Amino acid sequence: MLRLTIDGIKVEASEGTIILEVARQVHIKIPVLCYLEGVQAIGSCRVCLVEVEGVKTLVPACVTPVTNGMKVYTNTRRVRDARRTVVELLLSDHNGECQTCERNEDCELQALARDLGIRDIEYLGEQSLKKEDTSTAALVRDTSKCILCRRCVSVCTEIQGVGAIFPQNRGFKTIIGPAFSLDLENVICVQCGQCAAVCPVSAIKEKDDTEKVWSALDNPDKHVIVQTAPAIRAAFGECFGYPPGTLVTGKMTSALRRLGFDAVFDTEFTADLTIMEEGTELLNRLKKALVDKEDISLPQFTSCCPAWIKFVEHFYPEFLPNISTCKSPQQMFGAVAKTYYAGKIGRRPEDIFVVSIMPCTAKKFEAERPEMTDSGAQDVDAVLTTRELGRLIKQAGIEFRSLHGEEMDTPFGIATGAADIFANTGGVMEAGLRTAYEIVTGEQLPFKNLHVKSIAGLDGIKEASITFNKTFSEWEFLKGVTLKVAVAHGLGNARKILERVKGGDNTYHCIEIMACPGGCIGGGGQPRMTTDEMRRARISAIYKEDEGKKLRKSHENPALKQLYGQFLGQPLGEKSHHLLHTQYMRRDFNF
Amino acid sequence: MSIKKCRQEFEKIFKKYPDKTQALLPCLYVAQEKCGCLTEEIVSFLAQRLDLPKVEVYSVITFYSMFSFEKKGKFVIRICMSLPCYLRGSREILEAVVEEALCIKPNQSTEAKKFTIEPVSCLGLCDIAPAMMINKKIYGNLTPQKAREIIRRYKQEKDK
Repeated sequence: MLRLTIDGIKVEASEGTIILEVARQVHIKIPVLCYLEGVQAIGSCRVCLVEVEGVKTLVPACVTPVTNGMKVYTNTRRVRDARRTVVELLLSDHNGECQTCERNEDCELQALARDLGIRDIEYLGEQSLKKEDTSTAALVRDTSKCILCRRCVSVCTEIQGVGAIFPQNRGFKTIIGPAFSLDLENVICVQCGQCAAVCPVSAIKEKDDTEKVWSALDNPDKHVIVQTAPAIRAAFGECFGYPPGTLVTGKMTSALRRLGFDAVFDTEFTADLTIMEEGTELLNRLKKALVDKEDISLPQFTSCCPAWIKFVEHFYPEFLPNISTCKSPQQMFGAVAKTYYAGKIGRRPEDIFVVSIMPCTAKKFEAERPEMTDSGAQDVDAVLTTRELGRLIKQAGIEFRSLHGEEMDTPFGIATGAADIFANTGGVMEAGLRTAYEIVTGEQLPFKNLHVKSIAGLDGIKEASITFNKTFSEWEFLKGVTLKVAVAHGLGNARKILERVKGGDNTYHCIEIMACPGGCIGGGGQPRMTTDEMRRARISAIYKEDEGKKLRKSHENPALKQLYGQFLGQPLGEKSHHLLHTQYMRRDFNF
Repeated sequence: MSIKKCRQEFEKIFKKYPDKTQALLPCLYVAQEKCGCLTEEIVSFLAQRLDLPKVEVYSVITFYSMFSFEKKGKFVIRICMSLPCYLRGSREILEAVVEEALCIKPNQSTEAKKFTIEPVSCLGLCDIAPAMMINKKIYGNLTPQKAREIIRRYKQEKDK
């Protein structure tokens, strides 16, 4: 143990701990900007400078390890002046349109300027060029707001293993972006939005689709319905000052109704539908492999995550046949809403406007994929991130905190606990196992509380296996078979597992991938800044929501049974095949 | 084919550096020398061999002024614009060189690709500021007059 003092307070710390961490332990706040726990510590912005006795220059607290006997001062005139100068210099090259910026009051640079008491920017002169990139459906880049902190670069390269953007040129010409000044649309960007989730300012953000939604709501000829993703209910409260992991499903439902949506539905309904389709698909693949001895692609990968799909299309097209043909729950919703539901209420598909609220930016991209029109119109018309919905509600003057909880509408507002856990890493697999095991054996999944512990939590790659000891006669071929599954989150981890399979490890039957760390609860469209602590809080809220439900297995969903009975027929049936399944494409991009 | 020209040298460099990423700068240097400029093909090749994102290789190239995607002149004139040279009059040197030599703007080449003029960051020649380099040759303690004379000598070389 090392002993040191920070501002006169005695502290103990283990070897290798950085000054910043030790200061946090004794509740001393050292400001940071480029630093982001678990993502990046490069000491480049110099906002975290502190004074160390006996050291000539100020040192950055985010990369300087503590030493024995160290005396650190975080609040001297020299430190305050230096930090102020650093932020003034940043502001001198920042497009400070704060009042009209959507990060107003949600901006780390603005908060820093406020906390450091900056009143004047002395450094006027040359400024960087403004380049806006609105090429993609999901993300917008604005270099005039960028402070070159490189958080987006670290998350894209290190965490996601994508490598779409990097700093280019030098001096005032420096921009962060794709090679050869290409637009994001024309490079390997998967539009996961993790860059937007970590950006301290407004240099990378989701494409704002709130106006699209207002227009639809204002149009009396449109029947406007909304679907809400599982992951938002555990994070949405953060937009209104609730701590992470506060469940606000009921309040959110009533807020959506007040906004004027004609019906408030749940993407969880189609998450249950996904389990029926995707589970059946897996059992079919196993049958073809084990009984018919066909050369069928295994393991089967999940297909709920559009950023993951785009990742495979770019980097591992040889695995496209392994990805489940099931559309994601968002797209299944759009397809059944504009066919089955349209028929029920006697409207044409083009008269219905489907809005999704997603924790995700890539869902905007997914909704605009040209093949997502099986209902006869674009299946999902507009996608808002969790953050955008927060803005919509504030614009409408709805006092969210004072709302009473309400229930969602039928039939698509009915969902099981299995659908809740689609929100977090390991959840889709657990939901799938709950149903698949019961279909094959007639018995409940033999785990405490139905949770598959070994695939829960924040480890990057997780595994589980389960043996079918008894089976119904039609699943006889699975008797004694041990199903081996894996789960990965964060595309960097996905890459590792793909390389493992590519290298000849063919022991897995099914693999769940979610592009964002922690799964959708840590999605690129969630309230900022998502830390591991917040991920855990959101995940435990989701499990609580699941455990609080009477029905916790997708195949028990009564509305789903009705959908199959009245409309779809059976999983993987002809209608399902047409509406709920899709195919993928190889994307050969050079950069 | 640009890669072919550099292949052998690249392989030598790969062997020399156990940490793959360390091989990037020496490889780019070789490619720039041998081919006169860098290409998309070189970016892709090095990214793949060194296990780096292509955009990172591109990033490194754009950071250093000695690397370029455009073919440079036979003589590359690099005029240091960093602080010590700047204070000792590098702006005037740049103006004189541009005017004398070639009637072109900085970062352009003469039509016959004889000269390229580049204002660059520190050349490490602060002791003889203001300084410039023409290809690998160093010229220091310049005055506009001296610079003009040097350029004139290079111009005459064409006529020989």
